[in-house]
Amino acid sequence: MSFLTAFVRSLPSIWDGIQITVLATLLGALLALVLSFVLGLAARSRHLLVRGLARAVVEFFRGTSLYVQLFWLFFALPILGFKLVPLACAVLAFGLNYGAYGSEVVRGALAAVPRAQWEATVALNMTPWQRMRKVILPQAWPQMIPPFNNLLIQLLKSTPLLSLITVSDITFQMDQLRSATGDTKAAYLVLLVIYFVLAYALTLCMNGLEALGKARLGQGRA
Amino acid sequence: MLTDNPARKTSVSPVSTAVTFDQVVKRYGDHTVLDHLDFEVRQGERVTLIGPSGSGKTTILRLLMTLERVTEGVIQVNGQPFSGLPEKQLRRARRHIGMVFQQFNLFPNMKVLDNITEAPVQVLGLSRDEAAERARDLLDLVGLADKADVHPTRLSGGQQQRVAIARALAMRPDILLLDEVTSALDPELVQGVLDVLRDIAQATDITMLCVTHEMGFARDISDRVLMFDGGRVIESGPPERMFSEPEHERTRDFLGAVL
Repeated sequence: MSFLTAFVRSLPSIWDGIQITVLATLLGALLALVLSFVLGLAARSRHLLVRGLARAVVEFFRGTSLYVQLFWLFFALPILGFKLVPLACAVLAFGLNYGAYGSEVVRGALAAVPRAQWEATVALNMTPWQRMRKVILPQAWPQMIPPFNNLLIQLLKSTPLLSLITVSDITFQMDQLRSATGDTKAAYLVLLVIYFVLAYALTLCMNGLEALGKARLGQGRA
Repeated sequence: MLTDNPARKTSVSPVSTAVTFDQVVKRYGDHTVLDHLDFEVRQGERVTLIGPSGSGKTTILRLLMTLERVTEGVIQVNGQPFSGLPEKQLRRARRHIGMVFQQFNLFPNMKVLDNITEAPVQVLGLSRDEAAERARDLLDLVGLADKADVHPTRLSGGQQQRVAIARALAMRPDILLLDEVTSALDPELVQGVLDVLRDIAQATDITMLCVTHEMGFARDISDRVLMFDGGRVIESGPPERMFSEPEHERTRDFLGAVL
């Protein structure tokens, strides 16, 4: 059987694999985004305890391997009596790991908003929450998009780890095709192309978001 | 007895005093910016602070706006002490004070109208319509009625500063702080901003504290000019006297250099 015939025949399972990969990427990114903001804002807190705790969480999840974190959630946690479905393990590991990196993006972008903007919000007697929501964040988030895009693509490219914890992602499906046909070159070439197309689609979305944010700040093309 | 003298009573009554600095010290590390500073500003009075760079003029405005904290001493606004209060009570004190900055500090994420309406809606609880009406009146006052829907980045410096004045006035402050509001402007744009401020000084009874190098403007609007040097007031008086016959040698030198 030629590779092409086998490829066409397994298109449905390849499509399933792509969906799993995209789902894990998006859910992981969503959790990472939430954690980025929680930890990034906490890192700027006035309270030493809050700041210290955020710092510790960030350093731990940044400083330990994603691979080991995932295996710990998948293999070690059940021994302690908590069993999560494999996809949940992956989303949790991706979220915690990339959230730790993302919090530095949030912290840096908030710090990059000029102090004069903060002073204007004080002069208008806004509460700390109003300052953040109405003035500081709207100016900070377009700055976050390019580094967030980097992290998002890295997260996508971390998802082949899914196939190591029994999830049938796109890497798993293409590996099946490779063993069935014996055509290693072709199978992995197709897999490379699939990841590239997915990554590029994400980049286009993020570029659109960035342009929107900058237009709102009056920085885009008129 | 002095305390029974009714004339004296009214002259120091807390109601008529907008701002009091009582032995205020501000230090950054070893550097003393304000050195046991005492002065008062009456309600409705227009006071201009002059003096060489680094004499602490801007620090006074920043302390009043609670952007900095005093090292020692007490500041009172409308008879209420407000140095060293926690954030919640600071917000109550700040309600009376507005500030216009050297660099305008408009919000680039909002159009001109929203720059002016956002705080009245969020902080004072006005409806969007009430706030917009107030904002349009103020834009009219500063001569920018046609710029409501423009991005602040598309305006000239002078126009941005006039929007910033409208934004501060939209909060209806009793006390307006003007921190070198024309220093960042091209020379041909200065006059428009000063004209707007002159109009406001004439049309309202708002208390003004003004740091400026525009001596003509200081002469026009001030009831009193305070000369600062080394973190203290070394001389004060009505502008006519200060500018024509200053007593202190430092004042003479300074005015000789800037006039």
